[in-house]
Amino acid sequence: MRFFNDVGLALRLLARDWRAGELTLVAVAVVVAVASVTTVGFFADRVNQALTRQANQLLGADLVVSGDRPLDPQFTTEAQRLGLQVTEMLRFPSMAAANSENVLAEIKAVTEGYPQRGELRISDALYAPDRPATSIPAAGTVWVDEKLFTRLQLKAGDTVEVGQSHLPVGAIITQEPDSAIGFINAGPRVMLNMADLPATGLVQVGSRIRYRVQVAGTATAVDRYRVWVYSQLGPGQRVETIQDARPEIRSALERAEKFLSLTALLSVILAAVAIALAARRYLQRHLDACAMMRCFGVSRGKVVRLHVLQFVALGAGASIAGCLAGLLAQQGLAVWLGTLVTVELPTAGPRPAVHGFVTGLALLLGFAVPPLIALGRVSPLRVLRRDLGLPGGSGWLGYVLGAAVIAGLIIWKAGELRTGGLVFAGFAVAMVVAGLAAWAVIALVSRLRGSGVSWRFGIANLRRRRLASILQVVALGIGIMALLTLTIIRSELLQLWQASLPADAPNRFIVNIQKDQVPALNKFFATRNIAAPELHPMVRARLTGINDRAVSSSDYSDDRARRLVDREFNLSWATTMQPDNLLVAGRWWGEKPQRRDQFSMEDGIARALGIKIGDRLTFDAAGSVFAAEVTSLRKVDWDSFNVNFFLVAPPGLLEDKPLSYVTSFYLPPGQVELLNALVKQFPNFLLIDVAQVLIQVQTMITQVSRAVQFVFLFTLMAGLVVLYAAIASTQDERLYQATIMRTLGASRSQLARANLSEFAMIGALAGIIAAAGANALGYVLADRIINVGYSFSPVVWAVGLVCSIVGVAAAGYLGTRRVLSVAPLRVLRELS
Amino acid sequence: MVRVAGLTKQVTTGDSELTILRDVSFSIASGEAVAVVGASGSGKSTLLGLLAGLDTPTAGTVQIDGEDLFVLDEDGRAALRARLLGFVFQAFNLLPAMTALENVMLPLELTGAADAATEARNLLERVGLGQRLTHYPKQLSGGEQQRVAIARAFVTKPRLLLADEPTGNLDADTGAGIIQLMFDLNRERGTTLVLVTHDMELSQRCGRSLRLAGGMLQ
Repeated sequence: MRFFNDVGLALRLLARDWRAGELTLVAVAVVVAVASVTTVGFFADRVNQALTRQANQLLGADLVVSGDRPLDPQFTTEAQRLGLQVTEMLRFPSMAAANSENVLAEIKAVTEGYPQRGELRISDALYAPDRPATSIPAAGTVWVDEKLFTRLQLKAGDTVEVGQSHLPVGAIITQEPDSAIGFINAGPRVMLNMADLPATGLVQVGSRIRYRVQVAGTATAVDRYRVWVYSQLGPGQRVETIQDARPEIRSALERAEKFLSLTALLSVILAAVAIALAARRYLQRHLDACAMMRCFGVSRGKVVRLHVLQFVALGAGASIAGCLAGLLAQQGLAVWLGTLVTVELPTAGPRPAVHGFVTGLALLLGFAVPPLIALGRVSPLRVLRRDLGLPGGSGWLGYVLGAAVIAGLIIWKAGELRTGGLVFAGFAVAMVVAGLAAWAVIALVSRLRGSGVSWRFGIANLRRRRLASILQVVALGIGIMALLTLTIIRSELLQLWQASLPADAPNRFIVNIQKDQVPALNKFFATRNIAAPELHPMVRARLTGINDRAVSSSDYSDDRARRLVDREFNLSWATTMQPDNLLVAGRWWGEKPQRRDQFSMEDGIARALGIKIGDRLTFDAAGSVFAAEVTSLRKVDWDSFNVNFFLVAPPGLLEDKPLSYVTSFYLPPGQVELLNALVKQFPNFLLIDVAQVLIQVQTMITQVSRAVQFVFLFTLMAGLVVLYAAIASTQDERLYQATIMRTLGASRSQLARANLSEFAMIGALAGIIAAAGANALGYVLADRIINVGYSFSPVVWAVGLVCSIVGVAAAGYLGTRRVLSVAPLRVLRELS
Repeated sequence: MVRVAGLTKQVTTGDSELTILRDVSFSIASGEAVAVVGASGSGKSTLLGLLAGLDTPTAGTVQIDGEDLFVLDEDGRAALRARLLGFVFQAFNLLPAMTALENVMLPLELTGAADAATEARNLLERVGLGQRLTHYPKQLSGGEQQRVAIARAFVTKPRLLLADEPTGNLDADTGAGIIQLMFDLNRERGTTLVLVTHDMELSQRCGRSLRLAGGMLQ
């Protein structure tokens, strides 16, 4: 009962404070914080889903289960039970014949509903305008691709012999959603209706058939299915997702996610600073109220209880408002992205709203509760002696708990301890360094004896309120840093990212080039006025041992690791590291390697296989066994679309092994004839078309750039609230002091100059901190996320410093301008 | 009502010890009005703070209505204040975010009293502010603010009212009105009054004066 009385009273007190405008700043800080976190959450959630779904167009489905034997019907029935759309497919290599020509083709038998994601396009004649297919090949007909059509010298109405069947060609396939998956389906394509498959007689024991069940549906249902499927997989069966199939897409998706989650982290930090400042101001203004309550005979516990209840209610209310604002912004986002995202944006779940709510409440209580508890210890004697402040020690506790809450939120948002911890530590160190720098500069400047009373007074103020000044400088610095990062650094970074994948990035790979074909290939390009692409030697070998211990896929539980061990690795050699690689451990051998039995391994694959620096790997290349030690690990920029290798050795280790060459080049659209000529002259070449993957990645970059702009609007708002809160934090004190000075006879211009000089100094310090911080953040983003070189931007320094001085001086001047026009007595009465 | 014995308060400033009150003893009977007078720094406000249990003494005891203040802990003293004491301050100490009515309601609300608004409204009418219930402190004159403070002090029907320079921030005429109001309410409600003041005229209106000099009662 007593508790409910307290709740009632706390709510009444809250309403009174609200009406008097005491809580506006705290509430706005929480609303903006929650709105930005919620929007980023909603946004990241939906855009991620949309990007993944778009990427899944390359897979033709959301998830594929495949096996080398017929799949148990339960894979289909379970998917249907979960409400997923299901199609089945069989694919295998077989000869296709017509006009006395035979070609090894990739046969694909499909059921109605294929493809569930992406677009299958067909045309009626070679190079005729194409259109989206509305169904699969009708029973009794086949569709073939341009390559097969050309090679078999087909004409309209011809039939193709597939196994024991003779089937007329119904259409020419111009685009298949799942054509870019892996190396396996580089052969010419024949697509037929599943119903025609038995008649071909091709499905027999020993046929190299891949059976596939393809599903698509809501993200939740797909996730549930995925979990179920993993528990059911038998030998030879596996789950295919786009991330497994295309490292380029995985890499781009990861980057998009990192970009978005960093944006979320930045808004959390800004929100925390704004709330901390606002809560501090609120508490300072409520010291008297607490002292009065104690004087009225309210127990310490009840004072604390009443205030904590008020803050819980305030936090809950403001967080709900923030969630609603986030939802509204989310609608705006859908409209904004509507023109960009070709697939429908999936609806966001309630989770981001819950995250936002928890974030708002945790931040507010984290920063407000320790000082509130300290309020309970306010001496009631303060009613007689106003100079008694807060009990000592409470401020630190407040910041420690607040920092712990921020750390928790950052780690939660980052999704993993290491990244979250690093981001938090980075910010914490930056804040401490900024604080120390501000302290040192204030100490230094206060020794200066400038001319003019106003200047001296302004500087003296900085020194007198040293702690408050440092807090103000650091808070302003963070706010301005966010603004600089959002404006200048962001556009520079996005430009860099877009430039990292130029319009003429390689979109075709040629594999299996033999040594003696190299001169002819160079000539082929030269006669067509195309610069000959760089050829990379490649040796295919199977990993047989790690540290002289035999390796088998059954040693690994991870699906990817198993497949890596089961298949052949592509190895190459080089003296210099590719420019899109980043050394993460060990040393590169350089121009003159001291030994030749060493490997540089791709970091991700080393982790998947549990290989460390110093491990000795044994390979078998067509019977030739060799071993070398891993001496360095590299991060590979797969979405650069350059030829890259999991394993690279120095010259001298691989040259005597069976080798071929591989290359990549850019083929402008509409030059299919060049490919045909290439295949005709070099029939053994394996041509891999990554044009669609490339377009996909480029689209992703554009979309993420646009998306980031939208989300940054909120972060920008959070930054502005921080600026306002920082200026407001010392406003009362300044008004009071200026009023006293006016009473003592200071002229308006003297006061204005004193204020201006103090704010300009604070602005300059904050500007320096902001520019340094923004540059550091830009460097981290460029180096760690986009993997491009970052040059420190002089523009940031110039703009940061000038805008900061002018902005802070102007805002500070406007905030205390009243004192120049209002009767001093009135100000004194309001502040007393 | 009030029994003070051997009350001493020392504070340490830097290396030296400063004695603000030295061995002060006196008693005040129920319904009495007593002025505490003395020069600035003589220890008047410290004595008032100790009488209210807002501060703790170095030595000595204070009994209010038979209860020894400093045997109680901080919350015990707070409970005693809630039950028995009312305050009027020189600086009014109204809460700026609350209207006049809400300021007067607050002590009742904090004890969970049922009809806080009616009681507060009646008392504000009694002090002549019936028309200014919804005004904020900053919209009121100094005299009006002090009348709100007096209404707030009396609203809990305290048995002992402590006033610290209640006219210190007011001009002579307004101050006289405030004093009159306090004495009227004191009489109407049978409250015991302890008043700290510089004002000789005011002290003479009280039944008795306690004069402090250098921390000692003279």
